[in-house]
Amino acid sequence: MENRTDKNSYTIIFAIAMVLVVGSLLAYLASSLKPRISENQRLEKQQNILYAMGINDNDETSAVFISTDKAPEAFTENVDDQIVITIDANGKVLKKQTRDEYFDETNQEPYLIDVKKQQASAKDGGERKLPLFVGKNKEGKTVYVAPIYGKGLWDAIWGYVAMDENMVVQGAYFDHKGETPGLGANIKQRYFMDDFYGEHLLTENGAFKGITVAKGNADPKNNDKTDNEVDAIAGATITGDGVSAMIKSDLKLYKPYFDNLKTK
Amino acid sequence: MGLLSKKDTKLITDPLADNNPITIQVLGICSALAITAELEASIVMSISVLFVMGVGNVVISLMRNIIPSKIRIIAQLIVVATLVIIVDLVLKAFAYELSKTLSVFVGLIITNCIIMGRFEAFALGNGPWRSFLDGIGNALGYAVILIIVGFFRELLGSGTLLGIPVLGDPIEKTGLYSIGYENNGFMLLSPMALIVVGIIIWVQRSRNKALIED
Repeated sequence: MENRTDKNSYTIIFAIAMVLVVGSLLAYLASSLKPRISENQRLEKQQNILYAMGINDNDETSAVFISTDKAPEAFTENVDDQIVITIDANGKVLKKQTRDEYFDETNQEPYLIDVKKQQASAKDGGERKLPLFVGKNKEGKTVYVAPIYGKGLWDAIWGYVAMDENMVVQGAYFDHKGETPGLGANIKQRYFMDDFYGEHLLTENGAFKGITVAKGNADPKNNDKTDNEVDAIAGATITGDGVSAMIKSDLKLYKPYFDNLKTK
Repeated sequence: MGLLSKKDTKLITDPLADNNPITIQVLGICSALAITAELEASIVMSISVLFVMGVGNVVISLMRNIIPSKIRIIAQLIVVATLVIIVDLVLKAFAYELSKTLSVFVGLIITNCIIMGRFEAFALGNGPWRSFLDGIGNALGYAVILIIVGFFRELLGSGTLLGIPVLGDPIEKTGLYSIGYENNGFMLLSPMALIVVGIIIWVQRSRNKALIED
């Protein structure tokens, strides 16, 4: 006996109906929740930048952001300026804007600049905007926070690195979209991020070298701050390489700014 | 268990041991080796799967008489994917912190073959209540194995449990490490998850010979 659900016409109608129902349900949910989600993402960016600056609610072992209700206030208080440097595809600086100049031009806060889109634009031979957040950390020292973006094993990884005027790291925050839990996902653990503190991005001669996430560098406690290396996470080689690569490629672009800072 | 008949109780207890989804049905191996390097990740994954399987099995069971058999696999896939995306969106809007912890699991849940396997093998032929119990039972069976594997991999691989050092400090050489014990880094890599699952299968089958296939 042929079942009514075995007919081709029924199958096609069912498929169309299911796609329509599911599609519109998801579209409705996504668009109605969008304002809340983007507000959450905005606050998260503030929390990330503040975290890299050392303004957070860390307890002894784990990384804890400053709470979302305190973040906007802390952000205005601690971030003195958000500089936007525009470079062309060859790395030549086209212009340098303060937060207010940038806001007047685009009506957008510099910390909301999408690093991924800027990288893509530079790859296509276009301009790239480099945001840099200048502020004071917990000890009242002036730090410069730059966003970085790259790829890990499965998906995107990104972060914020705080530096002083000699490009010595004053704090770092890393995050990822889909690295393996327990392995690559541990780049956002304190023990990994804390290792970057005090690490030099430049060599002794002042050339840019970056920081390599190194296997077996015989310095697991990370006492040597001028070796341009931090200890890797076991079992997360590719994610670690991704971290090294994004530090090298993205922070290098800020080098001229820091050179300029010192000659002033 | 006055609420459940004897047959219903079996739906929950069977997958915990003699019909375990991982060790007997050999489903869900991929996620079992992907995320068990840490106990915490194992627990989070178990809870997520528990939810998706319970709800998913009920939804499929309610739809079982209208799903055309030719495209049933695609229909099941859509149900899982939709459920997972809805949960992900709602969490992103109302519990952002939690959603960040869970986001890496979303892809792993959609592709978890236990979910598809139970939809196909059970929910398509049974009523919603029994399907719900079957979903919960199998998710619990999955959870048991995940947590056992996660426990041993984290303990032997990193010397910690839920992120807390329990064997001493490997760098300062305190606790067990002072007498020459070393973490086995190999435990953190996926092949060891398969070997641990293999050992569980071995232990289970040598205790209950009826489980051994020819």
